[in-house]
Amino acid sequence: MSYIKKPKIIRDNDPRNKLGMTFDDYEGVMSTLCAGCGHDSITGAIIQTVFDLNIEPYRMIKFSGIGCSSKTPAYFASQSHGFNSVHGRMPSVATGANAANSELLCIGISGDGDTLSIGMGQFSHAIRRNLNMLYIIENNGVYGLTKGQFSASADLGSTAKKGAPNLQTPIDPCTVAISLGASFVARSFSGDKDQLVPLLKAGLMHRGFAMIDVISPCVTFNDHEGSTKSYMSTRETKREAIYTDYIAPFSEIEVQYDEGTSVEVDLHEGGKVVLHKADDNFSPLDRGQSIKAINDASDKGELLTGLLYINESQPDFTETENTVIKPLNQIAFEDLCPGSEALHKLLDGYK
Amino acid sequence: MGKTSHNNFTVKFANVNGTGSSSANSMFMKSIFRMGIPVVGKNYFPSNIQGLPTWYEVRVSDKGYLAPSGSVEIMVAMNAQTYTEDLAAVAPGGYLIYDSSWPREELMARNDVTVLGVPLATMCNEKFDTARARTLMKNTAYVGVLAALLEMDVSVIEQLLLDTFGSKTHLVDANKTALDLGFNYAKDHFKCPLPFKTKASKKTNGYIMIDGNSTAALGCVYAGATVGSWYPITPSTSLMDAFTQYCSFFRKDEATEKNNYSIIQAEDELAAVGMALGAGWNGARSFTPTSGPGISLMSEFIGYGYYTEIPTVIFDVQRTGPSTGMPTRTQQGDITMCAYASHGDTKHVCLYPANPEEAFYLSVEAFDLAEQLQTPVFVLSDLDIGMNDWMIKDLKWDDKFKPNRGKVLSSEELENMDSFYRYLDVDGDGIPYRTIPGSHPKGSYFTRGSGHNKFGGYTEDASEYQDVVDRLLLKWETAKTLVPKPAVDFSKNNEVGIISIGSCDDAIREARDILEQQDQNLNYLRVKAFPFTKEVQKFLDAHKMIFVIEQNRDGQLSKLLITETEVDPKKIKSIRLYNGIPIFPKDVVDKIQLEINAGQAA
Repeated sequence: MSYIKKPKIIRDNDPRNKLGMTFDDYEGVMSTLCAGCGHDSITGAIIQTVFDLNIEPYRMIKFSGIGCSSKTPAYFASQSHGFNSVHGRMPSVATGANAANSELLCIGISGDGDTLSIGMGQFSHAIRRNLNMLYIIENNGVYGLTKGQFSASADLGSTAKKGAPNLQTPIDPCTVAISLGASFVARSFSGDKDQLVPLLKAGLMHRGFAMIDVISPCVTFNDHEGSTKSYMSTRETKREAIYTDYIAPFSEIEVQYDEGTSVEVDLHEGGKVVLHKADDNFSPLDRGQSIKAINDASDKGELLTGLLYINESQPDFTETENTVIKPLNQIAFEDLCPGSEALHKLLDGYK
Repeated sequence: MGKTSHNNFTVKFANVNGTGSSSANSMFMKSIFRMGIPVVGKNYFPSNIQGLPTWYEVRVSDKGYLAPSGSVEIMVAMNAQTYTEDLAAVAPGGYLIYDSSWPREELMARNDVTVLGVPLATMCNEKFDTARARTLMKNTAYVGVLAALLEMDVSVIEQLLLDTFGSKTHLVDANKTALDLGFNYAKDHFKCPLPFKTKASKKTNGYIMIDGNSTAALGCVYAGATVGSWYPITPSTSLMDAFTQYCSFFRKDEATEKNNYSIIQAEDELAAVGMALGAGWNGARSFTPTSGPGISLMSEFIGYGYYTEIPTVIFDVQRTGPSTGMPTRTQQGDITMCAYASHGDTKHVCLYPANPEEAFYLSVEAFDLAEQLQTPVFVLSDLDIGMNDWMIKDLKWDDKFKPNRGKVLSSEELENMDSFYRYLDVDGDGIPYRTIPGSHPKGSYFTRGSGHNKFGGYTEDASEYQDVVDRLLLKWETAKTLVPKPAVDFSKNNEVGIISIGSCDDAIREARDILEQQDQNLNYLRVKAFPFTKEVQKFLDAHKMIFVIEQNRDGQLSKLLITETEVDPKKIKSIRLYNGIPIFPKDVVDKIQLEINAGQAA
């Protein structure tokens, strides 16, 4: 089987963004995931995001690891370079690519297996470096391609398709990421595009590591009664800690919130987020509070969603590396090679 | 021994690690080098920070032989733990110097070795106040003893002290005092000079003393590498240390004080090579230095780089395996692994420097080859090359050098194309064109380690899959025409040849000279690269018997030759020296003679 290109249909009345591009221009090849897969909804939300943000596809790079989730970079933005790496190792490839040219927008798509099991090490260290990328976990609690084993995000007692319960404690990527010093941590649901799209926009415009854990049900292996990551369960347990609006540069804030209940944060790469509190006790600017709120909700059987933590002042990887502003891959050889005279002088020290 | 000779002896220092001996030992060696006498140092050190035995061997060789001779004429025995074995290691007629502050009768156990006791601790305790100075200055004092015994030029040593410590006059003074202590004690108590000694010469003009990790790092700087990722591992760590240091000299943007490079200390070797591939994919010249265990960990990604055709350079500074092995000993045990690293059908371009000089030039060449061939390229050095100071010719740089970036489409070229497909063999040499992300909307493609067709699309189609892996074979054929040719010393009069690799080179040079004196002349080829070029086949064809000499137990190079050339395996005589110590010329001679004599007897 080869990949199938989506037929390109251009209608005169298609909406166009500021670059004159249509939705179609941001599409990829035809998805080969199961009908109803949460991942395809996320792909749709990503397309909406980059369309709305007027991103030139060729200035964006896409990365993934291995698994169902990691197939998705092929399903959007065909005009972007894509890199489907090895299992659990996407962060390192993105790090190297970012070192070579930090001007390109970087989106990484991973899954719960790819991130929280085999990829836990690289995930952690990409966070520590505050690598400037949007890192999406398409989280369904299960290994799909190998047919239904539990993943490390499966909740205690959540059952497999044939009824066996999971007996190991889950890893929550959000509390882990916040503990490790992530500068942007959010959770959402593939079935809630209204919540997801503003979070994706904010994550992409955030400078530093923006992790969004998106519960994305697996219709084939983990959408049954007894699963805590089914569509039904997620809808029932999901609670928004905070409402997030992304406001593009030079545009008006349309909804006004009462003073004291909302927070505005300017984003380095453009625009800002307006965060409206659903709960007075929750602040996305306080690491400790955020972790507590997530854990408390989890203890009650609730899934806390929204922008759970943001710190826009943390230096990113490029800044701590102290690299020149010009992309390293564009520096002329003459400026990199010290030449014969410098060599001669240097070697004097070895005489 | 016995007769007077100049500039031909080995001094071995037996120390306790962590006592500051290495700077004194280097000072001794460098002083001889500055007297114009060829010299080489071999460091046998433990995988430890403090308290274990460590040895440093300085071979002084008028003919400029750089392999250890296998014989020790003067032992500076500063470690009571190892006195017995150190005494046993001295050649008949040799000398042993020790700290007689604590007299040791048992050191007199050999009547063919002269023991010279010097009360180093007693003298230093009287002269110096602090415990640290008393420890350190004992080392400088024994250099003073050697200077007297070997009739060294003391002004050269004093100048070296000035160059080393510069404005820190208290250090210069203290070292000078200690030097004098040792020197005067030897003059007063021993017959100076010894029957063998140093004599100033001019044979080191145009040479430097440097280790191969430094030169390899310098190669990275000169090749224009901008991204280096790594995970610390002996014996490759000093390569990245050197790159960091050179970059701080040469790669700072003057206006902004920012870096024209990115050095990333990764969380492990898997990440280190992933970063190197990510950077190579995104158009930067990238590299990662490691050693054998690191290559084992990187193997999955190396296969990825091969199949998706991403340039990067991997330095393997080999150490003794298997497993953790002996991290501070040398070996050539990764030849097979690097040639075929990763699952499935993979093979990789490997370069094999013989010494720090070649480590520089082959490092530069590796970056060109990686981009020309769009594939990870290995540079296989070893601990002996990487961490020991060698005497090598001054490195030269041609300012006309332009890096060969291979087939990269510019945005102008893309603008004028109808469409771009990543894995099409447009030129028939197996090398497709690539694009750098962010350069042009028409340049995008999808990089995947899963089955892909020549257009870059995902495939599970039998013929589409095979089409791509067969083209990679064609690229392998092209590689044979691009990689460095072997070094060959050939005379049609000789029926027997030697093939060897890497740091065996100097021991073989010396062994061939010894054999020549016994009227046994052998031709010699040293491979510099895998895949083997046609010159290797030609050399194999031209000889009835070929000794393949290498530093591993299983004869990895000999097997690679048998697998990858058309040689008759019966012609190959595999010589394997693999105890972790750089090989001795006399061992090479013995093994060859044993084989030749056995052949004649049969």
